[in-house]
Amino acid sequence: MAGNDQEYPKVVIREDECKGCGLCIVSCPENVLFEQKHLNRQGFHPAGYKGQGCTGCTFCFYQCPEPGAITVYKKGYVEEEVS
Amino acid sequence: MAKQLIKGNEAVVKGAILAGCRFFFGYPITPASEIAEAAAFYMPRVGGTFLQAESEVASINMVYGAASGGVRVMTASSSPGISLKLEGISYCAGSELPMVLVDIMRGGPGLGNIAPAQADYNQIVKGGGHGNYKMPVLAPNSAQEMCDLTMQAFELADQYLNPAVVLADGFIGQMMEPVEFPRAVEKIPDKDWAIHTDLKDESRLISSIDLEPEMLEKHNLKLQKKYREIEANHVQYEDYKIDDAKIILIGYGVVSRVLYSAVDSLRQDGIKAGLIRPVSLWPFPKQHIADLALKSDAFLVVELSNGQMVDDVRLAINGVRPVHFYNRMGGMIPSPEEICQQVKKL
Amino acid sequence: MAKVLQKANSFYDIYERKSGMNKDITHYCPGCGHGVLHKLIAEAIDDFDIRDRTILISPVGCSVFAYYYFRVGNIQAAHGRAPAVATGIKRAMPHSIVISYQGDGDLAAIGGNNIMQAANRGEKITVFFVNNAIYGMTGGQMAPTTIVGQKTTTSPYGRKPENEGYPVRMCELISTLEAPLYVERVALGDPRHTNKVRRAVRRGLKNQIENKGFSFVEVLSVCPSGWKMTSEQAKDWLQEEMVKYFPLGVYKDESSKVETTEAKPHVFTIDNINENLSIPTRESASDKVEKKPQQQYRNPKLIIAGFGGQGVLMLGLGLAQAGMEAGYQVSWIPSYGPEMRGGTANCHVNLSTERIGSPTVSQPSLLIAMNAPSLDKFEKQVVKNGMILYNTSLIDKKPERSDIESVGIPATEIADELGNTRVANMVVLGAYIGLTGILDKKTLFQALPKFIKRNAMIPLNEKAIERGIEFVQK
Repeated sequence: MAGNDQEYPKVVIREDECKGCGLCIVSCPENVLFEQKHLNRQGFHPAGYKGQGCTGCTFCFYQCPEPGAITVYKKGYVEEEVS
Repeated sequence: MAKQLIKGNEAVVKGAILAGCRFFFGYPITPASEIAEAAAFYMPRVGGTFLQAESEVASINMVYGAASGGVRVMTASSSPGISLKLEGISYCAGSELPMVLVDIMRGGPGLGNIAPAQADYNQIVKGGGHGNYKMPVLAPNSAQEMCDLTMQAFELADQYLNPAVVLADGFIGQMMEPVEFPRAVEKIPDKDWAIHTDLKDESRLISSIDLEPEMLEKHNLKLQKKYREIEANHVQYEDYKIDDAKIILIGYGVVSRVLYSAVDSLRQDGIKAGLIRPVSLWPFPKQHIADLALKSDAFLVVELSNGQMVDDVRLAINGVRPVHFYNRMGGMIPSPEEICQQVKKL
Repeated sequence: MAKVLQKANSFYDIYERKSGMNKDITHYCPGCGHGVLHKLIAEAIDDFDIRDRTILISPVGCSVFAYYYFRVGNIQAAHGRAPAVATGIKRAMPHSIVISYQGDGDLAAIGGNNIMQAANRGEKITVFFVNNAIYGMTGGQMAPTTIVGQKTTTSPYGRKPENEGYPVRMCELISTLEAPLYVERVALGDPRHTNKVRRAVRRGLKNQIENKGFSFVEVLSVCPSGWKMTSEQAKDWLQEEMVKYFPLGVYKDESSKVETTEAKPHVFTIDNINENLSIPTRESASDKVEKKPQQQYRNPKLIIAGFGGQGVLMLGLGLAQAGMEAGYQVSWIPSYGPEMRGGTANCHVNLSTERIGSPTVSQPSLLIAMNAPSLDKFEKQVVKNGMILYNTSLIDKKPERSDIESVGIPATEIADELGNTRVANMVVLGAYIGLTGILDKKTLFQALPKFIKRNAMIPLNEKAIERGIEFVQK
């Protein structure tokens, strides 16, 4: 499936890898990240993405201490062909 | 090959280089400094590296780093310097890194003096550093053996992935004797565990940490199994006029040299004396000593210490024969006459 | 620029080495600065394509487990010793990229000297120094960089300069040294600051890739758990309090002045090894002892003694060297240990057709006394029917013993006649071989270059030996 520019930019948060420190949330200039109500596997309130408004600025990516918790897809990202 | 009149300390370095060692990290201390000096002189000539570190602590950790890369590497020091290196030695043993350590023992405790001594036996043979580790310990008694046993130490270290030690006293280090140097080792063993620079998708780890009790115990059991294997295969000793001996003298290093003379002299006086010289202090020739115990009347252990190896002799003999002890502790080497008097007093 | 920012390839997908559950997340506390720095380093390793030759050293501290995460060669090291370990592996593998990743206790306290010395040697490594002003791993004790007034479990009333001194500023210290290439202090915090950290990380690594020198990047970092703050409070405290004491900026950067070179791997070779080790490859003399001195002179045990400067050690050395070349077993040991004092010198020499037992000589068969104190000291030890050879130029009495053979020779005067009193030792050596026949002159002359380093001195030494032989054979 070819990528659709309109889906990006966006941020994907792996909730189980999030430790709920909130650094991504305060760094987001668009305020599109928030602390979720539910607890994850480790007992933290994980960060979540509101689903729209991400500009792909990557601030949250570089603030997040967990190597795999945040992925940022910038504008113009094209998905790999999936067989 | 022709013989060369050379100091024991210098023979160590030539032996090491012939064994394929190209890296030396050290810190000067009397009476081991000639080892660092010779390494500083020869290493650059053979494409190797000599580095005078900022301390003994740094030098053993440099050895740890270089050994992680799979090269043959060594350090040398004397008693107080060895005390400083012990933490790093324990790390090398825990991480299963091959390296060679040379200890040219001097007087202690504390700063003591620079005269020959054998008071590091416990420190080196019994561990010294923390944790459950052992190291093969070889005790030369001539300049030739300073070369040969250094070379052997590199082989043992690589074979068992463990530090190996050459334990000599200041006398053996300072003495000049003819040495016939063997051929150079042409290729050092491949080390498929070492940190390489062509890792591709794998990653190698040199580490001595294991937080999980079960895993650390497993690691320790593996080490202990290795030590049993070394004990089974690498006991070395020399017997001198032992066949009909009733009084058996035991000593290593420079003391054993004096004991050869004492044995000859006692035999001239009609006393059937003999000598066992442990060449490997660990593994200790305990079975051999135990076997001879029943054929003899008594033992005399001579050391330049407060009585450290004698404990191992007593364990080996296990009370079946009397074990006497004679020592000097200030740096004096007992004379053969002194030893003969002791034997005659028994 | 990549269109997606995700977990770097230089991290393992799953942290198999990590103990317990949750092998997909780090062991670091929420909001910890280590994770951010880890990400910046891993990203740089990916981007520079150096993963196959990167070696990360993780000493004791919270980052002791960095090897759980980084898909590179890993060495776990003792507390404070990472710069020494880095030195060892970098010297052994100059073409590798070595990263020393250290905390403040590790680098600035226990390993303070190790980092200074590695910096001073200009080791071509990259050091990332995480300064969070506290000991995190052991539960919040005081660090060398804990700031004045800061409360920790071991400074419960706040750090007091009169008791603990002031926080150590490592960038300032290291940048005073000649060798370091690049020294910068950066701080984690808002995106702008973090971007500076990212740039510094990359510069530090690039310097090493270009084989330029020692790079030191101090990263002021947060420890919300140790500081007992929320992640946000910690970030603010770092920027408001820590930065005041630890000013940010580039302290030294010589990287533009140094040429880029390529580090070559160490190559093992044994080419010309005997030559390079000065190991003789051919016999210089016979294997068999052919000289047959009279019975009482065979297998001598010598003490050779005199003032320092009289060349007694060299006398013994010459005898041992020539003796070896004549086929004898030999040993030589200089006065050493408790005997070495007061400017006197002596050595013990054995020449034997049999294996030499004790190399120390307690009962010499021959005493060579170059001065009076030596005669006084050792005369009593000489065996019955032994020999004393003494320097009558400096000893104005005869040996008291009557059960020995004693021979006096005015060695210093003869040497003086030859123009140099320092060859008195060779006069005596000549006298000794002339008297006993233990060695012939030819063998001794052949051995001279082995123990006399200055070639120009050899003819004079030969002359001295000849005069010694002549004197005793007259």
